[in-house]
Amino acid sequence: MKIKGLWWKALTVLLMLYTLVGGLLLDVPRLVILNETIRNLYFHVPMWFGMVIMLATSAVYSIKYLKNPLTKNDDYAVEFANAGILFGILGMVSGMIWAKFTWGAYWSGDPKQNAAAVGLLIYFAYAILRGVFEDEQQRNRISAIFNIFAFAAFIPLIFILPRLTDSLHPGNGGNPGFNAYDLDSKLRLVFYPSVIAWTLLGVWVVDVKTRWRKLHAVKTEQMLATS
Amino acid sequence: MYKFLKITLLALGLALMSAPDNYAQEKQKITSTDYENQEVAMADAMRSNGKIYIVVATIIALFAGILVYLILIDKKIGKLEEKFEEEQKSSVSS
Repeated sequence: MKIKGLWWKALTVLLMLYTLVGGLLLDVPRLVILNETIRNLYFHVPMWFGMVIMLATSAVYSIKYLKNPLTKNDDYAVEFANAGILFGILGMVSGMIWAKFTWGAYWSGDPKQNAAAVGLLIYFAYAILRGVFEDEQQRNRISAIFNIFAFAAFIPLIFILPRLTDSLHPGNGGNPGFNAYDLDSKLRLVFYPSVIAWTLLGVWVVDVKTRWRKLHAVKTEQMLATS
Repeated sequence: MYKFLKITLLALGLALMSAPDNYAQEKQKITSTDYENQEVAMADAMRSNGKIYIVVATIIALFAGILVYLILIDKKIGKLEEKFEEEQKSSVSS
């Protein structure tokens, strides 16, 4: 029994294991407030990067669908969006746990938190929107357009707006620690492999789900033809 | 398949390229003294009695479980695809 695309799936596993072991055991700088939670940089942040990549790819497939309305393009657009939404929810939860112990509350109405929540709600709306159509082609086309707008709103929401104001989130204001990581080569050593690992893991889930969708569609067609 | 890998890798590259800019505000350089600063509390006790490895093992066990699940689904789909291809062939030849 062969697994399709074995090499990159094996790479996913290797990088993920490296991230887990290295992320927990390698030396990290000792910084006030952050303490060991600086290790969240190896898990929470790369997953969020993975989410952005999933959502960007989803938007690309939506554009492709509008140019060339193949079911395949729609399948990829939906499943990349779903994987992005999953990562998004996990990112919110893991971020809130971290915020409790560094900012003092699970939710402090921080611009970054609020904007991320709004961004996720837009994607929830996308998932709901897909469910309301009777006609498949209409569903695919309208949800593709929605998806492109959703991505166009999401990027400023999480990357630009929180930076225009004061935010507690690292990388946005005067918060010590995390915003220094891109200068520290030791932290990068785990951070970048982790980004790749999370992205590939997302792609793997998308791969399985789109293949299932294809089988399901053909089977349904067959059943309709025989009945 | 390759196209879709290519697109993903391209997006990944873009994300990595923009990463330093995204977090470029008010950088504080991490120095080697930060790694040695014993005044900041870290999980030293956890490491001294070795129990951190238990946490690592737990997390890896959890990840392995999810991974096995994913691989099984992947294989099942692969099997269905094979079966389906055979069906297609036999229906064409008959």
